[in-house]
Amino acid sequence: MSLRILVGCKRAIDYAVKIQVKSDLSGVVTEGVKHALNPFDEIAMEEAVRLKEKKLANEVIAVSCGPAQSQDVLRTALALGADKAFHVEVPAKEYETLQPIHVSKILAKLAEQEKVDLIILGKQAIDDDCNQTGQMTAAVLNWPQATFASKLQLKDKEATCEREIDGGLETISIKLPAVVTADLRLNTPRYATLPNIMKAKKKPLKKFSPKDLGVDITPRQEIVKVCEPPKRQGGGKVASTEELVERIKKLGVN
Amino acid sequence: MFAIRNIGTKTFRLCRNLAQKNVANLSTSTDTINRSLYNFSDEEIQLKETVGRLAREKIEPKVREMEQQGDVLPEIRQLMFDNGLMGIEIPGKYGGTESSFFSSILVVEELGKVDGSISVMCDIQNTLINTLLMQLGSDYLKDKYLPRLATDMIGSFCLSESSSGSDAFAMRTSASKNGDYYTINGNKLWISNSKHAGVFFVMANVNPSLGYKGITCFVVDRDTPGLTIGKNEDKLGLLASSTCAVHFDDVKVHEKNILGKIGQGYKYAISILNEGRIGIGAQMIGLAQGCFDKTIAYTRERQQFGQRIFDFQGMQHQISHVATQLEAARLLVYNAARLKEAGKPFIKEAAMAKYFASEVACQTTSKCIDWMGGVGYTKDYPIEKYYRDCKVGTIYEGTSNIQLNTIAKLIDADDNFY
Repeated sequence: MSLRILVGCKRAIDYAVKIQVKSDLSGVVTEGVKHALNPFDEIAMEEAVRLKEKKLANEVIAVSCGPAQSQDVLRTALALGADKAFHVEVPAKEYETLQPIHVSKILAKLAEQEKVDLIILGKQAIDDDCNQTGQMTAAVLNWPQATFASKLQLKDKEATCEREIDGGLETISIKLPAVVTADLRLNTPRYATLPNIMKAKKKPLKKFSPKDLGVDITPRQEIVKVCEPPKRQGGGKVASTEELVERIKKLGVN
Repeated sequence: MFAIRNIGTKTFRLCRNLAQKNVANLSTSTDTINRSLYNFSDEEIQLKETVGRLAREKIEPKVREMEQQGDVLPEIRQLMFDNGLMGIEIPGKYGGTESSFFSSILVVEELGKVDGSISVMCDIQNTLINTLLMQLGSDYLKDKYLPRLATDMIGSFCLSESSSGSDAFAMRTSASKNGDYYTINGNKLWISNSKHAGVFFVMANVNPSLGYKGITCFVVDRDTPGLTIGKNEDKLGLLASSTCAVHFDDVKVHEKNILGKIGQGYKYAISILNEGRIGIGAQMIGLAQGCFDKTIAYTRERQQFGQRIFDFQGMQHQISHVATQLEAARLLVYNAARLKEAGKPFIKEAAMAKYFASEVACQTTSKCIDWMGGVGYTKDYPIEKYYRDCKVGTIYEGTSNIQLNTIAKLIDADDNFY
């Protein structure tokens, strides 16, 4: 069984950065801010590379939609073990309004073109927390989906997936081709070794535009306002359990 | 009279506008190219970020433990090899990373931010051992050792002895010829990496009557009979970096293990140390920066007299001064590295870089302890370790005084002063 895997790689603000809202409340500051491969996409990449190492897959394709800088995360993906990378170039202005619905159509088109057997995406991006792209991509393609995967096993043309859901763990079995979205505990991603970083230079990186793929990225949403959450107020101290109960009753909570 | 004044003002405004327009034209024609020393290639950026992450996430948690044990942990040594940090310039066909000298400098700097011992281990391997082998090794030596150095073997450079440090050519270790073998006798001291090294590049004199022109470089396997590793020096800092005596008692080495040419060892030593000291410069700026970053974070939190200690003007002046010195040191190191890569003369700049970076690191770390106050003096905080670790920077791979001698010699030899 030699699968072709497509992995979504989004360039998002690095998790350690202190986010600042723009003064005009139109968004967050991204100029000059450190960006990195979305951590859940890193986990997705790791899973794909492990499948290749287990000889269950023979090609891993990394895809990123975004402005020119998105190529940085594609180079990271190539250094982690992807065989080739696709950059769907979306100019910066239009990227501000690019939504999962558009990305899912782009991924679906590429998956069909490349005759992909498995799409692995991060469960969500840490900038917008949408948690939609995987689900939408599966719907566009009419493929089965296994989201929030914490374990993935492949046998013949079937995937057994353990999912982390609100009630606990759910194990499902789906037929390939399918979409899987990676959750935190699926694996621990590797570091790109220095030799692999250097070798990644030679791997192919192909550019597309959404138009090439026949996808219309006209925004369907308008961002009205982006602001910081209200500052957390300090709590109060009480002297005894009785007083605590009294205070809670006063707040109207039963 | 007013008319003349007006002409003057108009002309002045015209000239100024023209000047501004010219400047604007200049900047638009060059603004897409970053000509600062912070101009890194994509690979260099990736390498720097990856090693920075690796160092912070995997190495930093083990730093105290390694210092207490006086040794680099086996898993950290393995990590260095597995991630390609020990063969940065070695070509891919030998299993190396196949990157550039500047990449090595960036890697050594990033490691220095976290631990000076790990940084120096990486620096010696890449800038001394690997480079010597790649520049001078026969195909036999390259094929035999480069793959090992890239994947699992540490190398040591044996030059100094108890009676020859700065006066390196006064070395007494000898190598006498017996057919196609040489027998090495002598004692090397202060040998870094020696505890775990699998191969030693030994400078020995094949013909003491020729003085330094008899010094030859031998590649000696650790398990060669007669080679013993002596005691590890009990040092002030860099405790996880082994610094042992290496004894040679009738150590027989085949002549095919000679690196380069007989009697040229002195040249090789000087030339490799010219490059290696850029690496030490990188280690020093890494140490200084790592210490500085942690300290500034503290000064922004710690409050006294109702304000952050960072807010006191006295503190700000000291901090700015140190930050400026550190920036200057980094630029000297980066510039020397880029000059070397470009094949331009770099010896004076390299000496300046090592001298300045090591002195700045000592000043920076000392100031950082002051700024931290009492906690800077305790081992619970990482600051005092940086202070101890960087002290050797003004001593090894050419003391500050030797660097100053070198710089003066080159100034004197410069025909541009008249």
